[in-house]
Amino acid sequence: MISKDKSIDIKTVNYIADLARIALSQEEAEILSHQLKEILDFIDRLKEINIEDMPATTHILEVKNVLREDILRPSISSAKVLDMAPLKKDNFFVVPKIIE
Amino acid sequence: MELNKLTAHQLLGLLKEGVIKSSDVILALKERIDVIDSQINAYVRKNEKIELSYVQNGPLQGLPVAVKDNICTLDLNTECCSKILEGFKPPYDATVISKLKSQGAYIFPLKTNMDEFAFGSSCENSCFGPAHNPWNLEYVCGGSSGGSAAAVAADEAIFALGTDTGGSIRQPASFCGVVGLKPTYGRVSRYGLIAFASSLDVIGPITKDVYDSALILSIISGYDPYDSTCVNLSVPDFTQNLSKDIKGIKIALPKEYFIEGLDKDVEQNIKEAIEVLKKLGASFTEVSLPHTKYAVATYYIIATAEASSNLARFDGVQYGLRINSFEGDSSLLQMYKTTRAKGFGEEAKRRIILGTFALAHGYYEAYYLRAQKVRTLIKKDFEEVFKEFDCILTPTSPTAAFKIGEKIREPLKMYLSDIFTISANLAGIPAISVPCGFTKKGLPVGLQFLAGYFREDMLLQVAYNYEQNTIWHKMKPKI
Amino acid sequence: MEYDVVIGLETHVQLKTKTKAFCSCSTEFGQVPNTSICPVCLGLPGSLPVLNKLALEFAVKTALALNCRIQRYFRFDRKNYFYPDLPKNYQISQYDLPVALQGFLEIEPQEGVRKCIEIKRIHLEEDAGKLIHTEGYSLIDFNRAGIPLLEIVSEPQINSPEEAYEYLLSLKEILRYLEVSDCDMEKGSLRCDANISLKKRDHFQLGAKIELKNMNSFKAVKDALAYEIERQSKLLDKGRILTQETRLWDAKEVRTVSMRTKESAPDYRYFPEPDLLPFVLEDSYIEKIKESLPELPYYKKHRFIETYGLSFNEARFIVSEKKLADYFELCVNLFPFPKIIYNWIVGPLMGELNERKISIEDINILPQDFVCLIKDVESDKINSLKAKEVLKKILDTAKSYAEVIKEESVIMISDSNILKGVVQKVLDENPKSVSDYKSGKTNALMFLVGQVMKKTQNNADPKIVQKLLKELLDGSV
Repeated sequence: MISKDKSIDIKTVNYIADLARIALSQEEAEILSHQLKEILDFIDRLKEINIEDMPATTHILEVKNVLREDILRPSISSAKVLDMAPLKKDNFFVVPKIIE
Repeated sequence: MELNKLTAHQLLGLLKEGVIKSSDVILALKERIDVIDSQINAYVRKNEKIELSYVQNGPLQGLPVAVKDNICTLDLNTECCSKILEGFKPPYDATVISKLKSQGAYIFPLKTNMDEFAFGSSCENSCFGPAHNPWNLEYVCGGSSGGSAAAVAADEAIFALGTDTGGSIRQPASFCGVVGLKPTYGRVSRYGLIAFASSLDVIGPITKDVYDSALILSIISGYDPYDSTCVNLSVPDFTQNLSKDIKGIKIALPKEYFIEGLDKDVEQNIKEAIEVLKKLGASFTEVSLPHTKYAVATYYIIATAEASSNLARFDGVQYGLRINSFEGDSSLLQMYKTTRAKGFGEEAKRRIILGTFALAHGYYEAYYLRAQKVRTLIKKDFEEVFKEFDCILTPTSPTAAFKIGEKIREPLKMYLSDIFTISANLAGIPAISVPCGFTKKGLPVGLQFLAGYFREDMLLQVAYNYEQNTIWHKMKPKI
Repeated sequence: MEYDVVIGLETHVQLKTKTKAFCSCSTEFGQVPNTSICPVCLGLPGSLPVLNKLALEFAVKTALALNCRIQRYFRFDRKNYFYPDLPKNYQISQYDLPVALQGFLEIEPQEGVRKCIEIKRIHLEEDAGKLIHTEGYSLIDFNRAGIPLLEIVSEPQINSPEEAYEYLLSLKEILRYLEVSDCDMEKGSLRCDANISLKKRDHFQLGAKIELKNMNSFKAVKDALAYEIERQSKLLDKGRILTQETRLWDAKEVRTVSMRTKESAPDYRYFPEPDLLPFVLEDSYIEKIKESLPELPYYKKHRFIETYGLSFNEARFIVSEKKLADYFELCVNLFPFPKIIYNWIVGPLMGELNERKISIEDINILPQDFVCLIKDVESDKINSLKAKEVLKKILDTAKSYAEVIKEESVIMISDSNILKGVVQKVLDENPKSVSDYKSGKTNALMFLVGQVMKKTQNNADPKIVQKLLKELLDGSV
């Protein structure tokens, strides 16, 4: 869980890195904690602005309803893709056992 | 005649007349690369085989194009200069590549160097080592499309494709003294561009002059059924009205861009450029883009948040690097964490973590949502100005190129070097950087024009008029 | 102690489009692993999604059939989590602006027992690939990745496992009527998760919400819920306090096991999908889809009861599949005796179809021919035994009724003079049965009728045969 005071301490860095599935050494976490703190302090200037009632911009374009017809197109070569796989078996991609 | 020094339109003339063959051009480039690229490092995977006998009909007549390492090329490694994509050969071409091929371009098999996943402003974050500035090898060439800009500047390429998420075409173009065009978001298909920040990314040309930019833009633009965000709009021939004069054109000078921290030499060059344009009949008025100071902060939230999600797919399952674990524990979770820890460089990890943070439960409203709202304000600032003005003029970057290693340990300082280019991406508007002189140290300075949505014609016309009345685009580095 | 049960269901159905949600790969089931794939559904770097028009239409259709409010403005979001069956490690889904909100589904488990269960939301998303777990590692097949899914979430207004079962049955009927999904749980085209909480009767406080996953049939849903009610009430009886968690149903062991607790609930980091633009639906678009909706099973059932005089259960059965109801109605239009037709469909016809494992959709006897057959039986032109033979023949050969009748030279022999001889012969050959009959074993009569029918290749009129047999047997007392 993220700490309440919203600063990006080492615990938070580790929690976030875990969400992002990136292993960090203790040293890396410390450096990141400092750097991210500096960046977030800078980003905090956004809090000066009154953004109430302001719509969020998700897309710059005013285009909408982009659709395609339900028409089949040939798939790409299965072999080509599987050849790149770090590990494969028959026609499957293979990953290590899943332990949650 | 050194063919590699010519522009695309000059070469097309010669090819048409039958004076030269495209293989002559490719050979000239190959020789140039063999001689100097070990110093510049504009290209990566230099061992890829160059096809000398390439013959292709079509308007581009076999002219070679250098492609940034984040644009997918069929069966040709595309690795974003990241270890994690080692060996990735896309089973498909990006739409821009298909378009260029169909027009007869030769896709140069050596891809251009870049900051890993386009994360950077100096081309130092590449797993293949930095690309160097052809004007001074101790200096950065800018980023993230640094390899593309350096290759064009050093005559190792005729023209190149770059990508621009926060200035990644324009800033290296300005650092290397070439022309870099960032089209309107939605003008050019993103299909096949390995995404950094999906709502900001655009592909554009890096060229030796404005005419070439217009030429290439005309080819790569246009509707693509594979990209929902690519607009179905007819594409003009952008080379058509370039030479139309700019008498009476109204140019805005945003006061927020002429501030403390702006390098004196840069400022001097910009002032001189304004004088040139005035003489050509353009009028200048100071305006305000009041939310400019929030652009960098807004950008680094939105861009990293989108990036954290876009880069989640690099996990060692289907392609690229896979490291099972540090200590022999072979669980899936360990594989993910180790692969990503080893596969991503420092800056990539920093941005993924920042972006993940901005989206995390309890932070989304405070960071991501807020940034999207501020983005609306930044967009509105521009819309207001373009109601009255034809374009905006600013420096491309507050400084000329900095030294390699100078900012690499200070991420925030590095981020701030994008201060003048980021807003165009947040607003989605087109922008171009053209060379406008040199600092006392002999490093190029870039001039940026911005225009309203889909007004690349306006940008190119103003930029062309300026360029044709100056000598900067003809200057070559001594290397 | 007495507990009230509160259940909500989250159903995922695969839409029956030809191609996937965001790319043009086939959705066909059972293909060679990793062959129905492309850069988009593999999430290869650089690929981008474009929404399938038909998937959207199916979503709107379903939402309208479930009485939902269609959102005029909706969009897609990314649900971020790492899992090897998820090629991009995020799923394109919908979060705060789904296709539709606030609908309801009416269930009627028995005559006169009706209940309205509200639908909270319906949203479109993409399916994940399939994982096959083996010793030490897992295999991934991405053929399924990107197939359009509709998630239909009910309000927690279901109060028993039976109601949950009924809800799923009604939902399946509707989706099959709309032809938007096969709803085949075995093929995974319908999947269902449940959440359940118990509340002490006369108390306001609702207990902890337990989420149930891994139920592979409607029956499994019912069984898992029943198991949970028992498990939770036992714990509550002992004064235990339950905490929110997700549990997996183990059909083999008939129990649920904990998968994760609330503390380890994932943080999905939803945010608007930047690769897809928003959707704004026009009234005319929605109107057009509304007009294309078929009569839905609930209404059809009541119309059949009223118009055709079917009983509740008869109507319920006949409307369970649209093609079946249509077939029935076509027949009734040709021969307005619904009860007779119903009996013929449910009896001989369904029997034959089940034996051949043919669904009503693939039936090859025209309603006209089926009705002719029934009519001929009703007017004594053919006996029902022979009629069933003819029916079999038609189903096997796909020939018309007239052809089969001709080939089989079907004639009804009702001439007593002709039959008398045969009857006498049968009596002579079966002295045991004759004596059985005479000693009061009336069953023997039916055996003797059967023997006569056999000798006449089922062409004899069984009523006459019976009459003759009786006459001869009783006369010889």
